[in-house]
Amino acid sequence: MKDLDRQYEELRALYEQRGEEEDTTAKRLLAAEESRFASSQWRVIWHKFIRNRAAIIGGAVILLFYLGAVFADFISPYDLETRMVQYAYMPPQRVHFFASGMFRPFVYGITSARDSVTLKKVYKENISEKIPVRFLVQGHPYKLFGLVPMNVHLFGVKESGVFLLGTDGQGRDMFSRTILGSQISLSIGLIGVFLSLIIGAILGVASGYFGGWADQVIQRLIEVVRSFPSIPLWMALTAALPNHWSPLKVYFTISVILSLIGWTWLARQLRGKVLSLREEDFVMAAQLAGASHTWIIFRHLIPATLSHIIVIGTLAMPSMILAESALSFLGLGLRPPLTSWGVLLQEAQNIQTLVVYPWLLIPGIFVAVSILAFNFLGDGLRDAADPYTL
Amino acid sequence: MGKLLQEVLTMLAYIVRRVLLMIPTLIITSILIFIIIQLPPGDFATSLQADVASSGGGQDAAMLENIRHRYGLDQPLPIQYLRWIAGFPRGDFGYSLEWNAPVWDLIADRLGFTILLSGLALVFMWFVSVPIGVYSATHKYSLGDNALTFLGFLGLSVPDFMLGLIYLVGATLLLNMSAGGMFSSAMEKAPWSLAKVLDMLNHLWAPLLIMGAAGTAELIRIMRGNLLDVLGEQYITTARAKGLRERVVINKYAVRVAINPLISVLGMQIPKMISSSIIIGVVLSIPTVGPLFLRALTTQDMYLAGALLMFMTVLLLIGNLLADIALAWVDPRIRYQ
Repeated sequence: MKDLDRQYEELRALYEQRGEEEDTTAKRLLAAEESRFASSQWRVIWHKFIRNRAAIIGGAVILLFYLGAVFADFISPYDLETRMVQYAYMPPQRVHFFASGMFRPFVYGITSARDSVTLKKVYKENISEKIPVRFLVQGHPYKLFGLVPMNVHLFGVKESGVFLLGTDGQGRDMFSRTILGSQISLSIGLIGVFLSLIIGAILGVASGYFGGWADQVIQRLIEVVRSFPSIPLWMALTAALPNHWSPLKVYFTISVILSLIGWTWLARQLRGKVLSLREEDFVMAAQLAGASHTWIIFRHLIPATLSHIIVIGTLAMPSMILAESALSFLGLGLRPPLTSWGVLLQEAQNIQTLVVYPWLLIPGIFVAVSILAFNFLGDGLRDAADPYTL
Repeated sequence: MGKLLQEVLTMLAYIVRRVLLMIPTLIITSILIFIIIQLPPGDFATSLQADVASSGGGQDAAMLENIRHRYGLDQPLPIQYLRWIAGFPRGDFGYSLEWNAPVWDLIADRLGFTILLSGLALVFMWFVSVPIGVYSATHKYSLGDNALTFLGFLGLSVPDFMLGLIYLVGATLLLNMSAGGMFSSAMEKAPWSLAKVLDMLNHLWAPLLIMGAAGTAELIRIMRGNLLDVLGEQYITTARAKGLRERVVINKYAVRVAINPLISVLGMQIPKMISSSIIIGVVLSIPTVGPLFLRALTTQDMYLAGALLMFMTVLLLIGNLLADIALAWVDPRIRYQ
């Protein structure tokens, strides 16, 4: 009997303790819930965003790519046009990181010979010759961000050469060209998206806010633009660019051409959004307070739809990068000396060459990875910005 | 019977309304296309003039005069446009100077082949993405679903010309076959036979797969999302509670509803198919309008380029029309609006 009593007491104590624990957990959860409901829109978005692993990875990759593009001159060991004809069509080189147990990266020396049957140049590693890969070496001069004159490069070798992604037919380092090419590939999409966001935001918001004939005209315009198949239209427009234009002019014109179709999507989306926002009390309050249309659009409506605009901008990036590389690949977009990933692939277009030197396709992997990363990031942002999920 | 007749009539009224709406769009796009083909400096008569000068006149000079007159090149631009567009209903789509032939003779076969290829790619997309989407949704977060999702993202991310290049390199290195083109070199000149048809099919599956890759990936994602939404509905729970077999619940109750939005998405794939058929045509050297269009643009053979752009636009509009009609057919709410 005593035993039973003791057991009962023990159980009771345990139960009460558990109850208290549950109580504190509940309180903590409640507090978290409250802070979440009280937090601002951007905080909510951020909290939802960082829970999405794929989106975080995508964002990190994009950050890395853009950092690479900004510091491209520093990262790449060679210049865009550095030709080392003695190393033409060299396959990607293996970098060895440890020498006799220490972290001392090196590459083997290269000896070249002609294959007696195919007459193709073949490269061999000369194992007896270890060439150390040094960090922060002096190389060809460049201007960081186009301003600061420098000649220090992230890595490089003193003699022979280091070609992480091999070389092309003229002995130009593919790694350097790919990194330097990312500057154009990644920025042209950014400019294109930026322009289409401006056009799309203004026209879309105006269309939804004013309604009536303005809406009619803008909607018909969108219909006409969207009735063109995009790649053929882009092809026709870029083909019309005069040959004698400066590279800079071609670059900007192409980003404008890319944005010509992209804006319609955003405009459609924003119009719908604004149509419902227009009926909200805060818009009427602003109108009654005597605010002008411009003020209401730029101070109230565009900020209210900003999360939407950012999401659509991110999701539009892949198609911009894709379009630029496809156009350049067809030989209609950018032309050397402008070098983008698409231009690099265009140079690799010959299938006989590609079969023998498949590493020339590597810039295409950069295209695919950047598109994949932007897709992940855009999807994550869209889910995070959706106010109907928590 | 009366009800059916009424249904058919509303449907017809919807189609007529939709077709009438296309006419102003067509007029505006044709004007824009004409402006685009006039953009490059110098018209084709000047380039022909150079040819005439080098070859020393003769027949070319007469032809030049003929063309000038026919297309009114000495007239102001609006008249030129009217002459150009007035030819379309009569089957006169302009004259290619590069090929020295009427545009229609050059593009007829290629246009047909482009439509065939794009259509087959759309059918392929539909038949692959619906079952996979259903599988992914019913096996949410399983190994198969995750693998398919990853594959889908890959399909969305790798550009189609890249897939084409990879296929060419892979086929040459691994299969040791002459990838690209419509036929292998031995069959090219041979008369039509079963072996030749098989050879053509052997060359066509890859372009179809490549063209369909991105669209299939997109359709799978949408089908999966739609079906997951529908599976959360209460009538599905009711159906299960009534004791219906899971297969019936999924196939007759859920998929039937989830598939509707896919029709408009399929419509949105049509412009992408046209774009893709151009690029794939160039990369794999198959006779879509792509290689011809690219060549026409680079040689500034502007009537040919303009007619091709016009045909592609019409193709897109007709595709959208068909998608809208299909959607109105399965969803009565649309045709009554």
